[in-house]
Amino acid sequence: MSIVIDRRLNAKKKSTVNRQRFLRRYKNHVKKAVEQVVNQRSITDVDRGGEISIPTKDLSEPFFHHGEGGATERVYPGNKDFNSGDRFARPRGGGGGGGAGEGQASDGGEGMDDFVFQIDREELLEYLFEDLELPNLVEKELKESSDYKLKRAGFTNAGSPDKINIIRSLRGAHARRIALSGKERKEIRELKREIREMEVSPETTDKERVEALRARIRELNAKIKRLPFIDEFDLKFNNMVKVPNPSSKAVMFCVMDVSGSMTRDIKDMAKRFFMLLYMFLERSYETVELVFIRHHAEARECNEHDFFYARETGGTVVSSALKLSNEIIDERYSPKDWNIYVAQASDGDNWEADCAKCDDLIRNKILSKVQFFSYVEITDRHHQALWHDYKAIEDEHPDRFAIQHIQEPGDIYPVFRKLFEKREA
Amino acid sequence: MTKRKQPLSTGSEWSFELIQSYDREIARIAEKFRLDTYPNQIEIISSEQMLDAYASVGMPLMYNHWSYGKQFLSNQQNYQRGRMGLAYEIVINSNPCIAYLMEENSMPMQALVIAHACYGHNSFFKGNYLFKAWTDADSIIDYLLFAKNYVAQCEEKYGIDAVEDILDACHALQHQGVNRYQRPRPISAEEEKLRQKERQEYIQRNLNDLWRTIPQMSDEDQAQDDRRFPADPEENILYFIEKNAPLLETWQRELIRIVRKVSQYFYPQRQTQVMNEGWATFWHYTILHEMYDEGLVTEGFIMEFLHSHSNVVMQPGFDSPYFSGINPYTLGFNMFCDIRRICENPTDEDRAWFPDLAGSDWLEAVHYAMENFKDESFILQYLSPKVMRDMHLFCLKDDEENPYIEVGPIHNESGYRELRQALAAQYNLGNREPNIQVYNVATRGDRSMTLRHFMHQGQPLDAGSTTEILKHCRRLWGFDVHLESVDGDQVKAVFPEAEPKKKAPRRKNKAA
Repeated sequence: MSIVIDRRLNAKKKSTVNRQRFLRRYKNHVKKAVEQVVNQRSITDVDRGGEISIPTKDLSEPFFHHGEGGATERVYPGNKDFNSGDRFARPRGGGGGGGAGEGQASDGGEGMDDFVFQIDREELLEYLFEDLELPNLVEKELKESSDYKLKRAGFTNAGSPDKINIIRSLRGAHARRIALSGKERKEIRELKREIREMEVSPETTDKERVEALRARIRELNAKIKRLPFIDEFDLKFNNMVKVPNPSSKAVMFCVMDVSGSMTRDIKDMAKRFFMLLYMFLERSYETVELVFIRHHAEARECNEHDFFYARETGGTVVSSALKLSNEIIDERYSPKDWNIYVAQASDGDNWEADCAKCDDLIRNKILSKVQFFSYVEITDRHHQALWHDYKAIEDEHPDRFAIQHIQEPGDIYPVFRKLFEKREA
Repeated sequence: MTKRKQPLSTGSEWSFELIQSYDREIARIAEKFRLDTYPNQIEIISSEQMLDAYASVGMPLMYNHWSYGKQFLSNQQNYQRGRMGLAYEIVINSNPCIAYLMEENSMPMQALVIAHACYGHNSFFKGNYLFKAWTDADSIIDYLLFAKNYVAQCEEKYGIDAVEDILDACHALQHQGVNRYQRPRPISAEEEKLRQKERQEYIQRNLNDLWRTIPQMSDEDQAQDDRRFPADPEENILYFIEKNAPLLETWQRELIRIVRKVSQYFYPQRQTQVMNEGWATFWHYTILHEMYDEGLVTEGFIMEFLHSHSNVVMQPGFDSPYFSGINPYTLGFNMFCDIRRICENPTDEDRAWFPDLAGSDWLEAVHYAMENFKDESFILQYLSPKVMRDMHLFCLKDDEENPYIEVGPIHNESGYRELRQALAAQYNLGNREPNIQVYNVATRGDRSMTLRHFMHQGQPLDAGSTTEILKHCRRLWGFDVHLESVDGDQVKAVFPEAEPKKKAPRRKNKAA
């Protein structure tokens, strides 16, 4: 006799460890693939898992096998019109079914597809943000984790009346009544059977005995009835626990120069940078608000589409954007409630006389309110005044101000990492 | 006996009760056909669990290794894209015999699988001589548990990377880690643990002797140089390394041993694919038809069954885009059916080809065939002209000396015998896999190991993978490893291919 076992409820994730081993071993490959994936995506699209593809040859598990050459004889099915002794030219691209008999197409062979597999969103971001740490995040968290929220956490036997769970309580009561009346009900069943048996054979029926039994049954029924319908013991309450709710709001200011000198390519690169920063913040904070500020000679707040795609021309006055940012912070995002991040992208152009103003705004107004101010300069020309001013600020405030230089799309990701790489205390 | 019974079920949904009752009937019929089996343990699993089972070579437990993760990922990807269906079942050669059934299968499918796996494969595992001699169904699960724990312990102690290095290298050599002729000791987890210690001391003592560095008397030197070590070439490379590599630590030797034992366990399966699948297919076909004749299953049931069955035994022609070699299910099934046909309704041709078989008891005949052969000899013995004709088999000869490919024997009067031989040879693992043996170790010199590849019909080794494997070999052996391809007495190729280099630095293999 066979034993049948239902294993469907057993752990399904038996391969998880092996999968992790695989990812671990090919970490560098996966990282590279993740970078590619991210580079190809649009900003709205980044936040999901992805398809990772690794060249199959890099993953090969070699085993000794025959190469091409020598004399082979193979038997094939489905002959149509071959006859012994027929000859034909050797097909190109190597021995038709040569490797087919091996079944596992895991090794060697040219023209092999890449090894493709899925990783989910979490893993993708994990690889993307590995070793990175948001500046000052921990500090801020420690300071402001005074906020709590309630979360459901199963059921308890004690609680306030407004938290009673009626279904659970009644189910408990029902179970208790069944459990406590077991002996009586069993006896009733037996008595009833006895009565039935007596009724079937009337000649031996003892009237008195029947009456006695009936009385006994009534008595038992009454006893069962006396069991309380619901007992304090049955009451179940929804359980709530307090979990700390760290300050979880962040706002990210995207500031970009949209003057004529900013080409499509430069904007694209800036977009990637903002995208990455946004994802990173989104991962660390529950809500991240975005403020887009575009500027040429004057600054304006706009929506995401206009920010990246609307065309405009004019001079370049960076301080106008900084000024606007500062105003918006004061108006809507109190540094007490918000973690503020400013990311500025530009090709480095600025109106000469404006640089001092920028310097002043950042040093005296903005820097004290924000968690972090990052500036990327996307250009292949020489640095101009703005860069040198910002450089000076960076030297003075390395903990919350950083600037970087990007030349081609490939630089974005490394630059991003560099901006946020782990800082020692 | 002609009275038709009530069908066991009419719908296509399965339930545990139904599985039990089908199993009872199938067991009854199987017994009638004298199928002797280990007790069955039928496990119902979901498709995800099936993917898991796939990934670790079908075993219910296995030590952790990245390659199983890779396997899993690729199966998962293919499955989710609909490029690959899952097998209906996996069956494990253990006692009790564990068979996995997928919950997605319909009742007819479950019945097919039970007949196929729990009675077909199971009786093959128990009856075939190779399995009897080479595997130990009673202890394999215990052994795997031991292996899994041991590997996990090593990982904890020596680090995942160190263990992975050894396992990678062993996996590359696993087909060279089996004894082909000498019956291995039965494995037992309990004994393994006990003997570990003993083995450790013993090996160390022997090694010291082998690698003695005290200078020898000079006149003895000459003689020493001529003598090879090992005296006879050793086919089991992993075994040789486990016992003789000078620098390995005990746990590393144990890991080699584990891979070796697992490989040895699978060795019979690789040699009996056609027979095993053919046998199981033959019996699910026969048993379910028997059930239909008795009235135990409905018309609809048998239609669904036949649909699946014909998918299983489909053999695309060589020129079909779906062609991927000869389908072992088809070939095996055709041959077993043919044995039955020859016994029951022999033609004149059959009488000429199989005088002993024609007209004899078919049940006796198929059991005898199942018990006493492996693919190669089975084909050589039983492949009949009719099967060759039905499958339109033909042979292609591809000799690199010639600029053309020639059609060899085909399914006609003059070709039968030669064709049969060619097909049998194709299933001879000795031909299919390169024959590589440990030839010599320079015990007095640089301690390098020389492997010899004894070429078969001038077939060379695949250069890329061979070079890779030699790196793995080197990691295990600890000193340089060379490989010579030898045809007759002539050395045809040498690996690693001569390149201007000094001693190869020991480095992590990340696939060049």
